[in-house]
Amino acid sequence: MMSSIKHFVKTFTLFELLQGLSVTGKYFFAKKITIQYPEQKTPISPRFRGHHALRRYPNGEERCIACKLCEAVCPALAIDIELEERADGTRRTTKYNIDMFKCIYCGFCEEACPVDAIVETQIFEYHFEERGEHLMTKEKLLAFGDKHELDIAKHRAADAPYR
Amino acid sequence: MDSLIAIWDGLPEALQTVIVILLKIVAILLPLILAVAYTTFAERKVIGYMQVRCGPNRVGPKGWLQPIADVVKLMFKEIITPTESSKAVFFIAPILALAPALVVWSVIPFFDGGVLANVNAGLLFVLGITSLDVFGIILAGWASNSKYAILSSMRIGAQMVAYEIAMGFALVGVLMAAGSLNLSDIVNAQSGGIQHWFMWPLFGLLVVYFISGVAETNRAPFDVAEGESEIVAGFHVEYSGMAFALFFLAEYASMLLISVLTALLFLGGWLSPFENFESLLAIPVIGAFFDSGFHWLIFKSLIFLFLYLWFRATFPRYRYDQIMRLGWKILIPVTLIWIFGEGIAIGLGWEPWK
Repeated sequence: MMSSIKHFVKTFTLFELLQGLSVTGKYFFAKKITIQYPEQKTPISPRFRGHHALRRYPNGEERCIACKLCEAVCPALAIDIELEERADGTRRTTKYNIDMFKCIYCGFCEEACPVDAIVETQIFEYHFEERGEHLMTKEKLLAFGDKHELDIAKHRAADAPYR
Repeated sequence: MDSLIAIWDGLPEALQTVIVILLKIVAILLPLILAVAYTTFAERKVIGYMQVRCGPNRVGPKGWLQPIADVVKLMFKEIITPTESSKAVFFIAPILALAPALVVWSVIPFFDGGVLANVNAGLLFVLGITSLDVFGIILAGWASNSKYAILSSMRIGAQMVAYEIAMGFALVGVLMAAGSLNLSDIVNAQSGGIQHWFMWPLFGLLVVYFISGVAETNRAPFDVAEGESEIVAGFHVEYSGMAFALFFLAEYASMLLISVLTALLFLGGWLSPFENFESLLAIPVIGAFFDSGFHWLIFKSLIFLFLYLWFRATFPRYRYDQIMRLGWKILIPVTLIWIFGEGIAIGLGWEPWK
């Protein structure tokens, strides 16, 4: 009896509806958490896995020794490597292709690399305008690495204690 | 200027009247359509804010040109007709939905004497014309030759019938209190300060009226007609471009209408809550603000318009049988009891609004 009266009063005073309205009403004045993307950006971890790059040693020699570990570990089969032996007996790649459409940005290539040659940078805002541009060649990756070497070195140094 | 006046005087009197009426219609419709455009903007902003987002803020300063961009986009969109639809009805339907929603505004008084057609039975006219809204919607659903559209139309039909009655009864309470069907007279009957507004003695009817108003305009939480999860977009699934925009225009014009009507019938329309404060009205510049006028009607309507958006951001959609239950088993009995009580009060000569 008591509970049915309570229910009756609750229904006709629209108690629960007003409760709901008060919740949304409170949030109406809450601080908005939207990030206005192109103008504002969220902080990015040094471990962020974005566009790939091939690095060089400070003396200008390319790091990659064509061990093919990255090619072997790549779960999406996005990496394609061919190699040759140089006159001085070192191994270097002749072809290092990454298909950016196949790549799932897992970062395994970066982890597998014994000489820190292939890395993933923080750059994720890039696009392709022509068919075929998504196929990253050795030249493109090296150029990309040269361009962003300072950032790459900095982020790897920042993350080094945790590796 | 003189030559213009000479041309004006040279016109036959009938033509002069027609021109004046046409100008009045434009003066009502243009702001109305602009208000509709910015209601959509307000809706997106308010719902965004309640969801801790910012809402549209890219087009123009702070997003203020968003509705213009929307209109331009809709105008340039192709209107696609389903192959098996009945073409004529398909195109007439949005016009049939929009026309009543705009016609009603002819009897709405915006300030003392500011009404296009001072119809004696204005309230009856409003009820009759708003009921015609459903006609265009049902035809749209039928002409689309789509299962979802016709399902939605059937739902709207039943919903309109259920809530029209509750709405009508709520209005009966108002006209009993005011003793008139003329909207201007109803507002004037509430003059004499905030305590004379009908919202106090008829508070239950105000709530019922607004709830059935929300249901009548098929807005959340009564928007089963557009239940996205079940029937895609309801009666306007097959519509695109301007034909779709007309339905939207009709829906938002009805929303504005219900807000304005609620303000007129229960909150004293253009009457100021400070009517009796002579000293306030005597202040040179600010006094005009505290005096009765069009701006009070706008403030009061905006409250209800905000409530519409607030409801949409808050309540989940009613199930169809719950809508029917609320309409037939709760709202109608409540209004009947309230009218009964009001009738007894009038019979005993106890009229708190006088």
